[in-house]
Amino acid sequence: MNALIQRSWSPYVVGAGIGGLSWISFASAKKPLGITTPFESTAARLGQLAPRASGVNAYLVKNDEVPRLDWEWALAAGVLLGSALSASASGDSDHGSVPRTWSRAFGPSRAKRFAGAFFGGTMMMFGARMAKGCTSGHGISGTLQLAASSWIFAPIMAITAGFVARKLLGKGRYAR
Amino acid sequence: MLVDSPLKLALGLGTGAVFGALLQKGQVGKYEVILDQLLLREGRVLRTMGTAVAVGSVGVHALAGAGYTRLQVKPLRLGGVIPGAVLFGTGLALLGYCPGTTLTAIGEGRRDAMVGALGMLTGALLYVRVYPTLKPVLEAGDFGKVTLPQATKTSPWPWVAALGAAVLAGALVFRKH
Repeated sequence: MNALIQRSWSPYVVGAGIGGLSWISFASAKKPLGITTPFESTAARLGQLAPRASGVNAYLVKNDEVPRLDWEWALAAGVLLGSALSASASGDSDHGSVPRTWSRAFGPSRAKRFAGAFFGGTMMMFGARMAKGCTSGHGISGTLQLAASSWIFAPIMAITAGFVARKLLGKGRYAR
Repeated sequence: MLVDSPLKLALGLGTGAVFGALLQKGQVGKYEVILDQLLLREGRVLRTMGTAVAVGSVGVHALAGAGYTRLQVKPLRLGGVIPGAVLFGTGLALLGYCPGTTLTAIGEGRRDAMVGALGMLTGALLYVRVYPTLKPVLEAGDFGKVTLPQATKTSPWPWVAALGAAVLAGALVFRKH
């Protein structure tokens, strides 16, 4: 019980926990841990509300896919739930909008931060669906299965993210 | 719409809740922790992921070898994977959370992560919209669902051992950072 009240666990404990959880997900649901497939599925379901504007029918035909409310969808919802429970147990909630490193580079504007977060999220998800995986699906689940696709995705993604972060945020114009 | 059984949905929710709690306790749903990693100021994210991969690979390959599960790898299609990784990395640097840690940060209450998730949904809608046009590009350079052991006609176990050794060595060498 005490551990749940603690704010921060060792990265090795957490990493071993996530590794162990991947055994459980493979043994129970026969599936790897991943986050972004349900976003695509949800987008397809939402698209069905306006099929002409969303172009969802052509997508469904070409993709041989149907929108799902499945184990993976519940998994993504569970991540949000588990984090909320953990953060409230340890008093680690945070309702902020503009992180320190961001505001050093771009100033304290909330609108600017929200615009960056929105476009960042858009690009990130589009890229994830192109590659069929994210930091979880490729970065953890794929690499641990020794998938060739994931061992190509993960380093390219990490180097790009590091390079862009350094260019954008490495030297804060608003620093001190 | 295809809906899983309530039991399977509950299993997913429970597995996800443990995943989310671990990410939250690991502090990796925090913008500054992720940026510290990207700017190479500190290595908590890589330590966490490396350990997860090393530990996970032992059990998952043992389970698959014994026939209790099957590996589920994504196909290697260079036309999707390489540009996807570049777009993903760029978006990650801008947002400061990856998809799983966006959900973790929303659980903590972060407003910027909520906006990021709206962006993610928009990205998925955009992907659905352009998928039919993009499909030939995405499927170019298709090598199928191949693993490194399959590609080199080797057993997975030397690879699993090497992963464990690499993570252990990294932990020892960088124990001060």
